[in-house]
Amino acid sequence: MRRIAVVGASAAGLAAAETLRREGYDGTLTLVGDEPEPPYDRPPLSKQVLAAEWEPDRLALRTPAGLAALDLDLRLGAAATGLDLVDRAVRLANGSEVPYDGLVIATGVRPRRLPGEGAHVLRTLGDALTLRERLSPGRRLVVVGAGFLGAEAAAVAWRLGAEVTVLEPAAVPLAHAVGADVGRMLARAHAERGVDLRCGVMVSEVTEEGVRLAGGEEIEADEVLVAVGSLPNTEWLDGSGLAIGDGVLCDEYCEAAENVYAAGDVARWYNPLFGTSMRIEHRTNAAEQGMAAARNLLAAREARKAFAPVPYFWSDQYDMKVQAYGYLRGHDEVAVVEGDLAERRFVAAYRSGDRVGGALAVGMAPKAIRQWRQAIVTGASWHEAVRSGV
Amino acid sequence: MKVELEADKCVASGQCVVAAMEVFDQDDDGIAILLTDEVGPELVDGVQEAAAVCPAAAIRLVRP
Repeated sequence: MRRIAVVGASAAGLAAAETLRREGYDGTLTLVGDEPEPPYDRPPLSKQVLAAEWEPDRLALRTPAGLAALDLDLRLGAAATGLDLVDRAVRLANGSEVPYDGLVIATGVRPRRLPGEGAHVLRTLGDALTLRERLSPGRRLVVVGAGFLGAEAAAVAWRLGAEVTVLEPAAVPLAHAVGADVGRMLARAHAERGVDLRCGVMVSEVTEEGVRLAGGEEIEADEVLVAVGSLPNTEWLDGSGLAIGDGVLCDEYCEAAENVYAAGDVARWYNPLFGTSMRIEHRTNAAEQGMAAARNLLAAREARKAFAPVPYFWSDQYDMKVQAYGYLRGHDEVAVVEGDLAERRFVAAYRSGDRVGGALAVGMAPKAIRQWRQAIVTGASWHEAVRSGV
Repeated sequence: MKVELEADKCVASGQCVVAAMEVFDQDDDGIAILLTDEVGPELVDGVQEAAAVCPAAAIRLVRP
């Protein structure tokens, strides 16, 4: 293989490019990114960057020297617009083509939006800097969506003195992801600080004055942030012949077609550890999957390794750090296995079938949850793990 | 090889400990600590993995 293209220059794409070099690939390596900046880190956008604690230069994932050492054919500010699997070439918006022998797709996701104009979203550095300029004491911010991103942004805006209202369609925020009890605990953290969290509220439109609800009521705001999830960037692959379905569909090796792999937020692959296909939008998964895809692309077919990680995410909300391992979605039961939910110091375990599928901790020493990670890796039986406390 | 850790960037994910338990640990707040800052060849792969999966890009492996 003498020409490899990596499309997407964020955490997953960079990890793939770096791994290819580390594993000894010395051919042409093209890294394509639609944003103008060199690869940067996104989790601080809704935390330290929005709070104006960090300046953008701290987000760079590699130093200029570190990037130069990868000897990349770096195409920044260049969106991919098409893929020809037969002639093996990626088309770019500027009309040029990138021929390849091997391809890694890491084009990520973009925020879902609502009808109407003027709302902020929070995905890129530009988004974060624009919103942070508008937040100051007394400014009225409406956040649509009380998921992790919306909750983090609400917590930062509250700390900056803004008047914050959070509108959430579900009855309990994040219940589908972490369960109703943990969701209610997170909701109380907003209420205690005077952040006005309203659940069961459908927003139909962003207006010049704020937002309009499905029932017709209007809520005034100076700024609106829409944080209602994201969509995988797969449109550029339409007509390519790749299978798409809420992401690029891959097997357990992250392979989408021969010598074509996908990684990061855009990839939906079969995770054999959980026996299901998943698409994970976590920062750590982007790096891990980028590495796995790159290694499998270079390996002989029989030497490839299935990508079977335990997903991990964290979220900072007010004074709480939430950390979770495993696959919590679609869980059958939640049990607090250590500490106390009301005190916000606890580990909760998540049952999937008859095994431990996930664990979430708030305010605990890291070792407390690490052993639950191990229970997930080994497919520990739920009843034994909960009875013995792992 | 030398390991460098920018502890003030650390977000307490503990991914480095999972990747290289011989080199990294966490304090009670979860912030990563270096158990050693010089690693021999047998630990280089683990530290490289830790640097790559660190969500805060806070770990670097420096060749002498």
